[in-house]
Amino acid sequence: MNVKMIVYVMMLGFAIAAGGCSRKQSAANSLQIKGSDTMVNLGQAWAEAFMKIEPKISVAVTGGGSGTGIASLLAKTCDIAECSRELKAEEIALGKQKGFEPRQIIVALDGLAVIVHPANPVSRLTLGQLAQIFTGSIRDWKDVGGTPGPIVVLSREVNSGTHVYFKEHVLRRGKVDGKEEFAPDALLLPSSQAIADEVAQNPAAIGYYGMGYVTSKQKAVAVALDAAAPYVEPTIANVLAKTYPISRPLLFVTHGQPQGPVDRFIDFVLSPEGQKIVSRLDFVPVKP
Amino acid sequence: MKPNLRRLKEKVIEKAISLSGVISIVFVLLIFLFLLREGLALFRKEGVFAFLFGKNWYPISEPPQFGILPLVLGSLLVTGGAALISVPIGIAAALFIAEIAPPRLREIMKVGIELLAAIPSVVIGFIGMITLGPWLKNLFGIPTGLTALTGSVTLAFMAMPTIVSIAEDAITAVPRQYREAAIAMGATKWQTTWRIVARAARPGMLAAVMLGIGRVIGETMAVMMVTGNAARIPRSILEPVRTLTATVAAEMGETVQGGSHYAALFAIGIVLFVITFIINGVADYALHRSQH
Repeated sequence: MNVKMIVYVMMLGFAIAAGGCSRKQSAANSLQIKGSDTMVNLGQAWAEAFMKIEPKISVAVTGGGSGTGIASLLAKTCDIAECSRELKAEEIALGKQKGFEPRQIIVALDGLAVIVHPANPVSRLTLGQLAQIFTGSIRDWKDVGGTPGPIVVLSREVNSGTHVYFKEHVLRRGKVDGKEEFAPDALLLPSSQAIADEVAQNPAAIGYYGMGYVTSKQKAVAVALDAAAPYVEPTIANVLAKTYPISRPLLFVTHGQPQGPVDRFIDFVLSPEGQKIVSRLDFVPVKP
Repeated sequence: MKPNLRRLKEKVIEKAISLSGVISIVFVLLIFLFLLREGLALFRKEGVFAFLFGKNWYPISEPPQFGILPLVLGSLLVTGGAALISVPIGIAAALFIAEIAPPRLREIMKVGIELLAAIPSVVIGFIGMITLGPWLKNLFGIPTGLTALTGSVTLAFMAMPTIVSIAEDAITAVPRQYREAAIAMGATKWQTTWRIVARAARPGMLAAVMLGIGRVIGETMAVMMVTGNAARIPRSILEPVRTLTATVAAEMGETVQGGSHYAALFAIGIVLFVITFIINGVADYALHRSQH
């Protein structure tokens, strides 16, 4: 009797588990967009403008990080992954395994601003100094011309495309087999906003994020490739002119060749109107 | 016919109730099996020792390093700190409410503590991040306010309602005759409260403390917001730490299903499961001992 009941319950449990696993196929006129926190505001603005033109298509945009978006694209729970770094080879291979070729489309450019408290006297750093600060070999502000005191290093969490991009292009200077890591005592904060808040109230902090997030409560430092090169401010003009050293493409990733509503949405994003939204949110348009 | 129907009804209700009981056990078992299935792969690949005592947590590097010692110590430090703050205050508050406070004040305090329990953890985390962090930073002159201590204080607020309300129940449940006997023997109010009532309610208070600690070690959102999440072995409570729970929450979204990072996060789940199991085991043992 009791054994029978246990079997029933187990079956019920498995049925629920199996039901939870079945993948939802998104309806034809609804778009799920997911991924990079850097791009979530941008995606939202595009979605709002797009739904005004095509009221029949509903577009939902959520963040979580580039990695989250790609994991979701691979699991087919979203239609477009927003991604602030290029796909890794293994992610492309996983896509092929699941029966599609992930397609990457550059929809905007972004400059990563390195930010400090407005009262911090340091206003320019070289890429080499940044790498030393973020790997923990420079630990005091006096070594980079600031007021003596420990540097509080802020980074994004590992699920962030910004974290990966910064590690590969600043810490490792683009070397594929680089071994540099963020200092183990770097604080990993869950969002760009958390970094903005901490920098705004902590004169010893240094952090990084997309330049669209810089407000008057933070100060963006000018960055030079090396001590001999000119220091460049993170502005739209400098990213477009490719003189600002820490800039990157922002991507949409789709299941193969975009079709139907996905294709129409991407067309809109790349249209002059869509690219105008890019500049309005302080990112850099691909087609000026 | 009628008595038969009633018997049937009773039987159905009885079965429904026992079914609910069985379901909860089955779910725990299924969850544990699932954790084992997903997490054990990592132990095979990396070795139990390297996982538990490794000092570096670099999950997305090439090759990745999965050492959770800093995370375990971070969790223990935050939890220990929270217990040190919330247990004495919680027990004292429970004694005050149950034994000393006049009835009107008692009702007000009970409602207040229930309200504290109703605040969502993300709100407490937000307050901790915006107000408590900067305050502690200025108070101790430390470089950042996002530290283990900030986490401990924040979590103490969350453990307090559990501890107070359960301990208060235990104290109220002490038979009235105990108090009357003590007073009749010439004991003062304080002697009665501390030596008789508190001692008689000890098993219940212990259960309250353990449930409070269980709440603290499993808490994720608030901790992730206020502790800074630096995966380094902490040398003092005034340094940033990364806890087990915050690691799973922050990194789960990014992992590829079936990869070693994914397995590592499930292995952390197993470790958390074992830790709470030990806490419950200790509480159970202590409860039974004090009953004899």
